[in-house]
Amino acid sequence: MGKTVIEKIIQAHTQDEVSPGKIVWMDLDVRSARDFGGPNVVKNYEREYGRLPLADRTKTFFTFDLCAPACTLRYADNQQACRDFALKHGVEVFDVDRGIGTHVLMEEGLTRPGSTAVGTDSHMNILGAVGCFGQGMGDVDITFAFRTGRTWFEVPETVKVMLRGTYKKPTTAKDLTLFLLKELGTKKIALRAAEFYGPAVAGLSLAGRLTLLSMVTEMAGIIGFIPESSNAARKEIEKYMGAPFSPVAADEKTSYADVLEINVQGLSPQVAAPFSPTNVKPISELRATKIDSGFIGSCTNGRFEDFVDAARVLKGRKVKKGIMLKVVPATRRVYEELLSRGIIEDLFESGAIIVNPGCGGCAEGHVGLTGKGEVQISTGNRNFAGKQGKGETYLASPAVVAASCVLGYIASPEDI
Amino acid sequence: MGKTSHRGRIWVLQDRTRKLIEDIDTDQIFHNAFLYITEISEMGQHALGNLDGWKDFAAKARPGDILVAGRNFGAGSSRQQAVDCFISLKVCAILASSFSSIYFRNAVNSGLPVLRCGVLNELLSQRSLETGDEIEIDFLGGNGLNLSKNISFAVEPMSTVQWEIFREGNLFAFGRTFSRRS
Repeated sequence: MGKTVIEKIIQAHTQDEVSPGKIVWMDLDVRSARDFGGPNVVKNYEREYGRLPLADRTKTFFTFDLCAPACTLRYADNQQACRDFALKHGVEVFDVDRGIGTHVLMEEGLTRPGSTAVGTDSHMNILGAVGCFGQGMGDVDITFAFRTGRTWFEVPETVKVMLRGTYKKPTTAKDLTLFLLKELGTKKIALRAAEFYGPAVAGLSLAGRLTLLSMVTEMAGIIGFIPESSNAARKEIEKYMGAPFSPVAADEKTSYADVLEINVQGLSPQVAAPFSPTNVKPISELRATKIDSGFIGSCTNGRFEDFVDAARVLKGRKVKKGIMLKVVPATRRVYEELLSRGIIEDLFESGAIIVNPGCGGCAEGHVGLTGKGEVQISTGNRNFAGKQGKGETYLASPAVVAASCVLGYIASPEDI
Repeated sequence: MGKTSHRGRIWVLQDRTRKLIEDIDTDQIFHNAFLYITEISEMGQHALGNLDGWKDFAAKARPGDILVAGRNFGAGSSRQQAVDCFISLKVCAILASSFSSIYFRNAVNSGLPVLRCGVLNELLSQRSLETGDEIEIDFLGGNGLNLSKNISFAVEPMSTVQWEIFREGNLFAFGRTFSRRS
């Protein structure tokens, strides 16, 4: 019997025989910890292993992206504890200047197709975008991985998701992602890996892949992969990564736990209403909902292309008086591209608040929380009750967030 | 450590219509405002602190209690605190229709018994399981027994790895025995 993508990647990292449901010991190419989870890893490590060495310091990293630079004393202490540990063990720190850890690891070429990576970020599976088996884990797992270089893992079943049809702007990868959240909910790929096929995903750029695969977490899935790429998409990814892009493909005769077909032909922009990322509706049903603030950024929509989409709407226009629009590039490299191409200027001129790279609005407090009664429209990935404060959060694409901030209510770019 | 069953009082995480709450995420279990906490003893006070109807859980829980939850319990973030806050309160097991994958691992690694049970909704609708009941769960045999109502039900037994980690206490202790063996 042939193997699925996840089974092939795991098989290349274990001596054990791989099949769905089996628990195997898996070697890890990258293990990382953030400014959240990281200090707990340091504490665990020193308590459990004392002065014993890491399995491999060159495969171990810290990435600071939650509260960057630290705006509370506790975060300042926690980040410094990680830096001290890193110095002692010779570990590289991608510090508060660098941006979202998963994106930085990818940009650094540390998460190649077919590799394995774990970290204290539940969106670590976003690395499926470059064909890497990324997995978020808690601080106990990561401590163990620092010391041993491996982890136990139950090989998940795989679901094949076939997407029929294509869509056009102003619909984007985020709208596709939200629509799939509605269709797949938190049950259909729960605790399983997903392989997405069809022209709508094969043609996705790197940014679009990051958007879709980041939110496999919100679908309760283990990880998603896009095994097939259009020529244009492959070339774009190779150019950006500066390396050949040949992700692991599933074997020809492979049986899947489930095969789902979803029609996305002519899809319109979609919005997730509070308080669940799966509470998704076409924008027509939510149009005219008044908003108070907007956020463009996060691991889901923090790439260059996302801000270009927003700037296309905002250029020559103003964010409506009384509305606050916060913009956070995913990484320093994205920020640099935005600066050199004049996109930052367009966003600034429109009235947006531009913040240094990091997790931004999704994480605790980095660019501000929502107050009681505040309605926020965000390109992030979660709108659970209370996550970003007491207000209500709607999830949408960068273009929809930009248009909504110009008009003061939920709107599509076509409404301007 | 390493006993094969646990007996305790249960808290059923249900809403006002008595249905099990599904998709309880880690921000409802342990809010991100407290992520800076690294001491387990300080975490218990925040357990379920952002879950409607359950914000006073920390004050009500007693050592040995068991939590009963709906499907996809622990969705969202990878924070270990969402497990450790229950350990802090000495909650001794969680029974749920299902768990998010990261949450499940975190609990296994911390030595907190987490067990899947496919019949919770039926038990609830028949009032065969209610907050305050005393139940006993057999971790390996796959049996649950509601001692207050004398009703037995099926529970998914622990996997070998889960049992071995629990028996040793946690992943670190297990790792020491593991490295001695290999």
